Amino acid sequence: MALNRIWVYAEATDGTVAPTTLELLTKARELAGTVEAVYGGDASDIAGTLGEYGATKVYATGDLQGSLPGVPVSSALAKLITEGGEAPDLLLFGTTYEGRDVAARLSVALDRPVITNNTDIAVEGDDVVLTEPVFGGTKLVRTKFTTPGPNIALIRPKSFPAEPAGGGPAEVVTIEVPDYGTAKVTNRHVEETTGPKLDEADVVVSGGRGLGEAEKYQMIEELAKLLKGAPGASRAIVDAGWVPYSYQVGQTGKVVKPNVYIAAGISGATQHLVGMKGSKHIIAINKDPEAPIFSVADLGIVGDVHKVLPKLIEALQNR
Amino acid sequence: MNVVVCAKQIPDPAEPGKLEADNTLDRSGKLILDESDSYGVEMALQLVDAAGGGEVTLVSMAPNGETGGLRTALAMGADKAILVSDDALSGAGALDTAKVLAAAIKRAEPDLVLAGTESSDGYTGTVPEQIAALLGVSSITFAKHIEIDGETVKVHRQTEAGYDEVETTLPAVVSVTAGVVEPRYPSFKGIMAAKSKPVEQLTLADLGIDPSTVGAAGAGQEIVSVEDAPEREAGEIIEDDGEGHARIVAFLENLKVI
Repeated sequence: MALNRIWVYAEATDGTVAPTTLELLTKARELAGTVEAVYGGDASDIAGTLGEYGATKVYATGDLQGSLPGVPVSSALAKLITEGGEAPDLLLFGTTYEGRDVAARLSVALDRPVITNNTDIAVEGDDVVLTEPVFGGTKLVRTKFTTPGPNIALIRPKSFPAEPAGGGPAEVVTIEVPDYGTAKVTNRHVEETTGPKLDEADVVVSGGRGLGEAEKYQMIEELAKLLKGAPGASRAIVDAGWVPYSYQVGQTGKVVKPNVYIAAGISGATQHLVGMKGSKHIIAINKDPEAPIFSVADLGIVGDVHKVLPKLIEALQNR
Repeated sequence: MNVVVCAKQIPDPAEPGKLEADNTLDRSGKLILDESDSYGVEMALQLVDAAGGGEVTLVSMAPNGETGGLRTALAMGADKAILVSDDALSGAGALDTAKVLAAAIKRAEPDLVLAGTESSDGYTGTVPEQIAALLGVSSITFAKHIEIDGETVKVHRQTEAGYDEVETTLPAVVSVTAGVVEPRYPSFKGIMAAKSKPVEQLTLADLGIDPSTVGAAGAGQEIVSVEDAPEREAGEIIEDDGEGHARIVAFLENLKVI
């Protein structure tokens, strides 16, 4: 299966295209001659950015009228593919809330497999080969499609750099939505955050169960602030309700690749390591010398976070 | 109200994972209830309770007629289980799994289907939405709060920025995040009762599914290789002697972060 045409599922918030979309467009340019985007919404204000990163066209549904994108976008894409005659060889989605929903429904509509959680993609001879880390990222499973296109792959955020190609705006092609579905968003809640975003910050400071109690998470926020970074968390303390889910770093949370990652009181379960082991520099503080987090740390302090963190915060405040 | 919960039985994540010769996950040992699904089980029990009656049915697909994990969920209070077990399912992909589960779920005629957002071993995160598409019903993923209001299910759905209030009509499939509720521990009474609760064991033939369309034969994908990931270079690990923080400061200075 040669790759002539790739479609990238685009996501955007308030006219700003998601970094994951730009990463996928950049990679798609390397793999196929024709790169186009698909979008659940009105694409007029993102066509410029999509074009700059290599999409020549964007097939857009127009306003989704408050519907969750799974049903409307997958039904529109299925119709375009089966009746439009412009089927891609491959569709790339980010491993995101929306990406997974649309890809999953589309896989049923087209009766095609979806290969998920990949961190790399390559064309090898006639094969499209995807790479998925398993067992906490210690093993890499490489899988190829055996069905004719269009095939569907989900790629994790931060798998590729995003680089503009300098193209003009993508041509917006409005596509028909056969079914809007009945799942409707009635209200949106945005959690107040200050400082850089978790998955874009240069420094991330994460806390885990080793902090002992929810109140102690303040130390993580304070340290993150001092380093102009973002606070993060392990799944354990998110499940325990200490901090919102949007703070979670790991397999089910955000994938982060900052310059510096500080893990305080985090043992380093597989679930967590998958989300942060791509960081450039890793500092770990944990009282258990056997904690798996030390296997990925460039600097590991075997010690009590309740002693190390206050002193570290004080030392930084005094600078 | 009748609720189906998709309950995956997985190798204990605390044990190191192993692959079979054909590079599929070794599932031959004892399987346990995926913790991600314990939230769905608890949610289902609470919703049926709030509705004033109904049944919670577990639906699972596992090799060798394995019921270890299902017994845990039955001990929590689920009423019965449907288990699909068939040698032809080895190597099944997410879409194959969804086809099998959807066929089994149809038999239970539920008002609501609950699933975890993703399993702890395969974590494709696509199966609940695929099941909904196959059943031709509505779906809401990443629920962190669920309530039923007549024929409507109202959900707080996790988003990048916070959460959305989303509603849809029943029947529907809803995937729940970890932490949506606190799963109960099975009581001794519950564990004893679970032993006699019905577990219907089905094969692909029972569900009318052609084995060549699911499992490795129908997955549409093939593992090319499994390799060791490049390891990070070993770092410096030191015991905190009261000056550990100074080492961190020096490390950050060296990187010009401060």
